[in-house]
Amino acid sequence: MGEFIMEKDLYILGIESSCDETAASIVKNGTEIVSNVVASQIESHKRFGGVVPEIASRHHVENVTMVIEEALKQADMEPANLDAVCVTEGPGLVGALLIGINAAKAFAFAHNLPLVGTHHIAGHIYANNLMQPMEFPLLALVVSGGHTELVLMDEHGSFELIGETRDDAAGEAYDKVARVLDIPYPGGPRIDKMAHESDEAIEFPRVWLEKDSYDFSFSGLKSAVINYQHNAKQRGGDINPYHIAKGFQDSVVEVLSTKTLRAAREFGVKQVIAAGGVSANKGLRAELEKIFAEEGIPFFVPPLKLCTDNAAMIAAAGTEMFKAGKRSGWDLNGRPGMELLSWND
Amino acid sequence: MIWLGIDTANTPLAVALVKDGQVLANEVTNIKLNHSGGAMLAIERLLTRVKLTAQQIDAIAVSEGPGSYTGIRIGVTLAKTLAWTLKKPLVGVSSLKMLAANAAMYNGIVCTLIDARRQNVYAGAFDAAANFENVVEDHHYSIADLIEKLDALNVPVLFVGHDVDNFWEAIVETLGDRAIRAPYTIDLPDAAQLIYLAEKMPQLTGDAVHNFVPQYRRLAEAEANWMKEQKNK
Ligand SMILES: [Zn+2]
Repeated sequence: MGEFIMEKDLYILGIESSCDETAASIVKNGTEIVSNVVASQIESHKRFGGVVPEIASRHHVENVTMVIEEALKQADMEPANLDAVCVTEGPGLVGALLIGINAAKAFAFAHNLPLVGTHHIAGHIYANNLMQPMEFPLLALVVSGGHTELVLMDEHGSFELIGETRDDAAGEAYDKVARVLDIPYPGGPRIDKMAHESDEAIEFPRVWLEKDSYDFSFSGLKSAVINYQHNAKQRGGDINPYHIAKGFQDSVVEVLSTKTLRAAREFGVKQVIAAGGVSANKGLRAELEKIFAEEGIPFFVPPLKLCTDNAAMIAAAGTEMFKAGKRSGWDLNGRPGMELLSWND
Repeated sequence: MIWLGIDTANTPLAVALVKDGQVLANEVTNIKLNHSGGAMLAIERLLTRVKLTAQQIDAIAVSEGPGSYTGIRIGVTLAKTLAWTLKKPLVGVSSLKMLAANAAMYNGIVCTLIDARRQNVYAGAFDAAANFENVVEDHHYSIADLIEKLDALNVPVLFVGHDVDNFWEAIVETLGDRAIRAPYTIDLPDAAQLIYLAEKMPQLTGDAVHNFVPQYRRLAEAEANWMKEQKNK
């Protein structure tokens, strides 16, 4: 009686290098950002019109130790204050993943810290846990350059994929349409802005697939945009890229938000969250906020700097894995096509 | 003074520990390995075998390339992270010089090469009698260009490296008797040689460790293409 077990605070170092950001962060108890450092390579990939894997890997080697040092410095912490190191194991560009993974291994080994390989998409979802506690059942709409997925979570560490893209990811479609419209890389944010500034929209198709499917398809929409552009050019008519941008974005946003709402109703979720780089899209955020306010289901999307790739989200997801007893060995390897599997069963 | 040496620049994986001028442990494996999965494991195995911990390492030597892009990056990332976070000095050594040092008892020119596919090699030539100074610079060459450079030296050349056999016919065709094939026993990278060379080189500390990067000796393909495009504009 009268005996209290004081739960010790957990300080976890997260490391992320799956694409073109080298990032390190320290997170307390999986919910509180202590430091969050991101070295972006966007400028150096611009001239190539997209991320070049070999260039990305070269930059990660240049940046990785500096980024980790900065994360420790901003947190005013020593390695000895840490409880574990979590690193993105996949999915992502294999050569890029390997840099974060090997830096994480060397760091953990040097300080006798446990190592936890973490899923990048679990990270994007758990970015929300840094803002407000996740409540289950929870529905996550994951939208990024490589992903368009609806994920249902019944509890921490449980992921059920209820819908995914059958062809292009939403972000990929944005990039391709941006190329058609001659918008420099990265085109997604620019299309979002153009759509916002346009009051007229070209009518493009909505692809719903089978009646009860939660899957997505964006390649038809992309082709429709390309065809429209091509035909308009042939007729020698004026093309207003703003109208195209709004037409394209309206279609993407309507399909994403309608399917998310239907899934939220069917599974009776307590919380809906958006995650991934494309969740930074203003048009998408506004629509999701509107429909879920009307529906009366709490909807959250993290602030911009936690939507794009960062290591705080890896530390946040990794903390839950660490608490569940998950550990990786020194043979941890990059898994470019890693599936999002539950870690609680 | 305890040194850790790491080489993952090519197919083989080589790690060694040297203490005060004595090799404590030395391991090389020459099968198609996955360095990302295996290198840290090998370092841990070696340290455990000689009952040392990471914190007891005083300096780190790593082969900095050239070679497989991914391979070099794994070794360099492990080495620079260990050196930075343990606050120990780091020394990068040419992967080609490391191979050449296997012929330390030889008194002449040593050429080492690594197959870079499509009749290309990463190669260098070194004067074993003069501290292995480069007489042909470490670079990415077509095999024909390399042979031409070695031919121009007009002296016997000892060839070391497990990829030499892939090009031996072409080498002998031009160099004839001047081409000498080293025994296969010295064809593999030796991380103790890496340390032996590193001991005589300047040590990197502080920001220099952060800034340490592989010596690719070649532009990334996208970069080379981009530069070509700029020229044609
Ligand atoms: Zn991402």
